[in-house]
Amino acid sequence: MTGFLSLFRRLEGPQTVGRGPGFWGLFAVVLAVALAYPLFSDGYTVGNTVYFFVWVFIALSLCIIWGYGGSLSFGQTAFFGIAGYGYGVLTLNFGSAYGFTLVALVIAVGIAALFAVLLGYFMFFGRIAGVFLGIVTLAVTLMLERFMAQTAGPEWHIGSARLNGFNGMSAMPPLTIPWPGEPIVLFADVGLYYFVLGLLVVVYLALRILMNSSFGNVIVAIRENPERAEMLGYDIRKYQLITFVIGAALAGISGVLYTAWGQYITPSSMGMTAAALPLIWVAVGGRSDLTSTVVGTLVVLAAFQALTIYGSQYALVFMGVLLVLTVLIAPNGLVLGVMHWLGRLAARFTQRAG
Amino acid sequence: MSLLELRELNKHFGGLHVTNAVNLTLEPGEIHCLIGPNGAGKSTLFRLILGEHHPGSGDILFAGENITALKSFARIHRGLSVKFQVPGVFKGLSVRQNLEIALQSRHRGAELEAEIGRLLTFLGLESEQAQTAGNLSHGQKQWLEIGMAISLKPRLLLLDEPTAGMSPEETHMTGEMVQRLNADGMTVLAIEHDMAFVRQVAQRVTVLHLGQVFAQGSIDEIVADERVAAIYLGQAHA
Repeated sequence: MTGFLSLFRRLEGPQTVGRGPGFWGLFAVVLAVALAYPLFSDGYTVGNTVYFFVWVFIALSLCIIWGYGGSLSFGQTAFFGIAGYGYGVLTLNFGSAYGFTLVALVIAVGIAALFAVLLGYFMFFGRIAGVFLGIVTLAVTLMLERFMAQTAGPEWHIGSARLNGFNGMSAMPPLTIPWPGEPIVLFADVGLYYFVLGLLVVVYLALRILMNSSFGNVIVAIRENPERAEMLGYDIRKYQLITFVIGAALAGISGVLYTAWGQYITPSSMGMTAAALPLIWVAVGGRSDLTSTVVGTLVVLAAFQALTIYGSQYALVFMGVLLVLTVLIAPNGLVLGVMHWLGRLAARFTQRAG
Repeated sequence: MSLLELRELNKHFGGLHVTNAVNLTLEPGEIHCLIGPNGAGKSTLFRLILGEHHPGSGDILFAGENITALKSFARIHRGLSVKFQVPGVFKGLSVRQNLEIALQSRHRGAELEAEIGRLLTFLGLESEQAQTAGNLSHGQKQWLEIGMAISLKPRLLLLDEPTAGMSPEETHMTGEMVQRLNADGMTVLAIEHDMAFVRQVAQRVTVLHLGQVFAQGSIDEIVADERVAAIYLGQAHA
């Protein structure tokens, strides 16, 4: 019981907005609604909701690297693409029997993380920072996009998996959970919904613990003043690299889930538009807070989809306008701004009541 | 054995010779002040000692060990600590969190809480602990950063203009703070323009001019030195 309580306490801290019974009560209600939601909806709509959830992981990756760590990575889509293609190559070659799709998920995310170790080592140990970090990471993702786009010929294959150039790779199996009797195939409806929701809750809570730990303290210290952080004895390059690799793995999770959800992946998933969108979700929500990032991403994605349906060509323009407005009105993010406002309101209320 | 020894330290920025064959020795337990006109190379010397710049030639010895090739964080682990010229606090974080980040690598749990409390009292910042550090007054920021620097229990504390922007009362309080730390055994090397402060704390003074050690001695000897007065008035090339 005390172990449980101490774990619970580690979920809260100065690095995350939202604490106390009020916040966790609301969290439980939202989670309960999310769990009950498929009972009141149809498979297609639920599958569409999964699509929103899939993107939250890459948003969280940007949240910790940029919002908490202060390093703007413009190339999280590179890790998204590597993991997505990785999952495709692995499952097209080895199939989905014996729960291999779950192994492929882990391996594909691992490959993305390994690539981040290499790239991050040269960037952080080479002391690349600020806008140059954004340029290097953007260049990497655009380079990968260009490379994959020219793999249309039959000579471009890994095992039996054709890369297919600009058309992308398709027909990989969905995630499949081995089960006595019949394996559970997670098609893009209720099954996948619960899987992704569960993963999202685990990742969100784990990141809250990480960011409120002493490790998280150093990460925000580096954002605030890297020189001071180093002069307190921290090897800031190591901390930056670890954060970057964790972020790459999160972006990789998005990539695998996206590929498994739609059973396809194309080079444009690493292109300019794809790279810019997560920045907007995270900036609009509130990049320096996990909860704001999750809420902001889901809201902006839902709005974006509605706009695409009713006025396709204006949706991207609207995204740009939204970013500009956020920077002008609430530079720390709209959701975060609202949450601070609610917090102040609650404080005033309890003061009056007491 | 001396605590810090700089041997023939040279640093060029292009054609500019900012540190020119500097020899300086610090004995354990002393408070040593580094003075000199703007551009004398005082802050550059600090950056060389801290490993933010690397010398063109020469050696830096700390407690007998040659640390010239060590990275900054490794020098901090050896027992160096610094307060920068422009207060280097974590502006967006609370005062308490600033101290926690400084202390967390040495203390955990209840011990950490106790240490934070002790340091807040020492700095006189108890009532400001929940404040965002960026909202503190300039003097309070200076103290907070001194607090972060001393929380590492350094053997040598480097202070770059610790009293800049402070009122005479605050300057005097800072001087007392430094003397208390020194009484506990901390060696201090301070860059300072405020002569009242230098007079209050310094046991030995080094004058730096055009990247070279120009004069060295007690504060009275330095004040009596006409050549030193001359370089401050800008006439000098003695």
